[in-house]
Amino acid sequence: MTRAFSSGPAPHMPAPPTVAGVMTQVLIALVPGIIASAWFFGPGVLVQIVLASGFALAFEALFLRCRGRALQPFISDGSAVVTAVLFALCVPPLAPWWVAAIGMAAAIGLAKHLYGGLGQNPFNPAMVGYVVALVCFPAAMTQWLSPREIATAVPDLAAVLQAIFTGTLPGTLSIDAVTRATPLDSLKTGVEAGRFVSEIRQSPVFGDFGGRGWEWIANAYALGGLWLMYRRIISWHVPVAVIGSVLLISLPAWLLDPGANPEPLQHVFSGGLVLGAFFIATDPVSGCASPRGRLIFGAGVGIITLVIRRWGGYPDGVAFGVLLMNMAAPLIDRYTRPRVYGR
Amino acid sequence: MILDEVNAVGERLHRFPGGLRLRHHKQVACQQPVERPPLPAVLVVPMRQQAGPEATPVVSVGDPVLKGQLIGGDPSGLGARVHAPSSGRVTAVEQRRIGHPTGQTGTCVVIKTDGLDEWPPTEPVPDWREACAVDLQAQIQAAGVVGLGGAVFPTDRKLDGGRAAGIHTVIINGAECEPWIACDEMLMREHPRRVVTGTLVLMRAAGAEHGVIAIEDQMGAVGAALERAAVELGDDRVRVVRIPTIYPEGGERQLIQTLTGLEVPAGGLPQDLGILCQNVATADAARAAVIDGQPLLERNVTVTGNGVARPRVLRALLGTPVGELVTAAGGYTPGAARLVIGGPMMGYALHDDSEPVVKATNCVLVLDQAEIRPTQPEMPCIRCGECARVCPARLMPQDLQFFIRSGQLDSATDIGLEACIECGCCDAVCPSHIPLAEWFRHGKAESRHQARERAFADRARERHQAREARLEQAKAEKAARMARRKLKLVSDDERKRQVARAIERAKAAREKQAGAPPSTPRDGEPDE
Ligand code: SF4
Ligand code: SF4
Repeated sequence: MTRAFSSGPAPHMPAPPTVAGVMTQVLIALVPGIIASAWFFGPGVLVQIVLASGFALAFEALFLRCRGRALQPFISDGSAVVTAVLFALCVPPLAPWWVAAIGMAAAIGLAKHLYGGLGQNPFNPAMVGYVVALVCFPAAMTQWLSPREIATAVPDLAAVLQAIFTGTLPGTLSIDAVTRATPLDSLKTGVEAGRFVSEIRQSPVFGDFGGRGWEWIANAYALGGLWLMYRRIISWHVPVAVIGSVLLISLPAWLLDPGANPEPLQHVFSGGLVLGAFFIATDPVSGCASPRGRLIFGAGVGIITLVIRRWGGYPDGVAFGVLLMNMAAPLIDRYTRPRVYGR
Repeated sequence: MILDEVNAVGERLHRFPGGLRLRHHKQVACQQPVERPPLPAVLVVPMRQQAGPEATPVVSVGDPVLKGQLIGGDPSGLGARVHAPSSGRVTAVEQRRIGHPTGQTGTCVVIKTDGLDEWPPTEPVPDWREACAVDLQAQIQAAGVVGLGGAVFPTDRKLDGGRAAGIHTVIINGAECEPWIACDEMLMREHPRRVVTGTLVLMRAAGAEHGVIAIEDQMGAVGAALERAAVELGDDRVRVVRIPTIYPEGGERQLIQTLTGLEVPAGGLPQDLGILCQNVATADAARAAVIDGQPLLERNVTVTGNGVARPRVLRALLGTPVGELVTAAGGYTPGAARLVIGGPMMGYALHDDSEPVVKATNCVLVLDQAEIRPTQPEMPCIRCGECARVCPARLMPQDLQFFIRSGQLDSATDIGLEACIECGCCDAVCPSHIPLAEWFRHGKAESRHQARERAFADRARERHQAREARLEQAKAEKAARMARRKLKLVSDDERKRQVARAIERAKAAREKQAGAPPSTPRDGEPDE
């Protein structure tokens, strides 16, 4: 007597984690950072996340439809939500709703589906969305709140919703709280005005080793990032290279001229460097594949970020660092291929 | 370099790149001693059970056969001989499906057994410790011994090539890195002396001074048993080395890397490093051939998995239908869902269990639904790099699969397609569930096919060019002939004239002689 069996290719074992599983872990790893951001900058952070995710999924569905692809399994693979959350964490908490709409249209439509969808995008979609919004609407994109510790009042949900959807601020919120420059802004404009870094750092926007509030948010991101490393979702190469290169280059500059150059830790813990190092530059699709390639990629991101912070037209350069290195990634990959066994 | 390595094999362990630590399930099949299943009523013996050409049947329907009698000859010497696993009568010589996922067929000799299992007298090599390597090799060849680890390369050919290249160390591969498989472990546990003796036989046949038996560090008492056997046999040239259990440790190249730190050069063989690698069961088969004069008729087969009622290792005659082995192991459990020949990482699924055990069959694995990957959509590669992290050949599977899919086989070859050992590590970790190893098998086959086509086209072009050249030459020769003939015509005229002149002169001389003596000097011949 014979019996029939199911067929299928090797390996004959339970499936490894899925793409959706990987994306979910990334989202989980972002939770501490999200909580810290919401704590320091108010519920606007969460509203931005919800808004961006909604737009991202809507655009994902739209573009899948346009390209004649099945919605499933792509709509649930989690990649659009990761893009949305990363974008939302980079925009000011009170940015008007259309910033999210335009950002996500650019991220999902331009950066992702125009190049063939999941896995095909040469540029980091979240950063494309961010840069498009930044370049087109610089005013809306640079209106940051002061963190809880120095603001007279952190806006409540109602105020946040009013600001985001109507563009007007309720009376309880002084315009001063909103246009307050970020630590990196202050540094840049201050240094350009010829003031000493030590003087600038007297400003209340600075904390112990980074921007006030920002340093704690950065710590929370690092925590999530380390967890991702532990789970082997990301390798250590990119974060170490990004942060390492920033430290390595800013240290001699600071030692030589502490008046004109901020401390290395200042660089790491203000702005988006830690978020970028662990969550954005580690995007596998648009980054480098080999370990050596990832080191070069990360170092490039760090260096470009520093250059833009120092000499560029924007206070923070992480997004540009990532996008510029995305361009170089295929070339780096080609020259850092590991030696094949036996060759 | 070679001399330094002689002592270094296994002295210090090294780490090969990538690999996976898999959950092992070997113990389930190791609980009972190895047993023989009942003699099957019918044995189906494929003529091709090894790398190289199919053997040629030397029996016909109706012939009686004895156990161990040659039934498949190997006239080319590139394949391996096949023998009757038991006595009986040949009932068919025909094409049948031979355990292959594609349902490939091959010539099979079908034997109806008579239950006597009758041996003719055997002919061992008289004194193998004194015998010359060539004789040992001939005996191993006559016994149809092939690599029993899965690659089934004819052992005598490996020995032949190895001796020519100069072998210093024979490595006996006892690392069964696939989860579930335990047939070699059981062989070493139950018959350590046979394994060590087999190692010595192969060392002599290869002309090697050193022997290393590599086993996994999880095999417990096996190592001590082998060491004791080596001491008892009084030969200190054989060492036992325990290596960490990392899949695919049992791959020849990974094993060599672990033991020596060296990589077999691309396109090369272990013999280029002075090393000959053989599986444990192969060593035992070589021993049986040389010392007992027995051809290869049976092997240990692991019959295991949650789909089998009483998992165990069985000593099965070649040609035994897989289904009968499962019956001997208690039959299927209700949840049995997939029948795999080989291990879960590299084995292939069969549609039914009628196909026979062959020399390569080390495991019959029956899995239930929970142990196999449910069919789910394949997602695009997200370049997460997991596959590259675990690849023992240091390949970048994400790029390989991209090139193969887009038909850029040359690029795939450039970045190392041929170095892929199809271990499936990349598959096992890919979150997008891309059947990577499947693509690489396909890519290799395709690129070999293209290379053949190209060689064919090249030959055709060469032939064409040769013909053109020939025609060209013929034309040139013809022209040359014409030219020569023309020249000859001219010179013929000239000669005629000279002859005419000579005659003239002779005539004149005769006339002179007849008249006055010659007065004109010889060089004063008149010009014309
Ligand atoms: S493991 Fe799969 S998804 Fe990840 S890079 Fe390799 S092929 Fe792509
Ligand atoms: S199957 Fe090939 S590519 Fe995949 S891990 Fe094994 S050797 Fe590397």
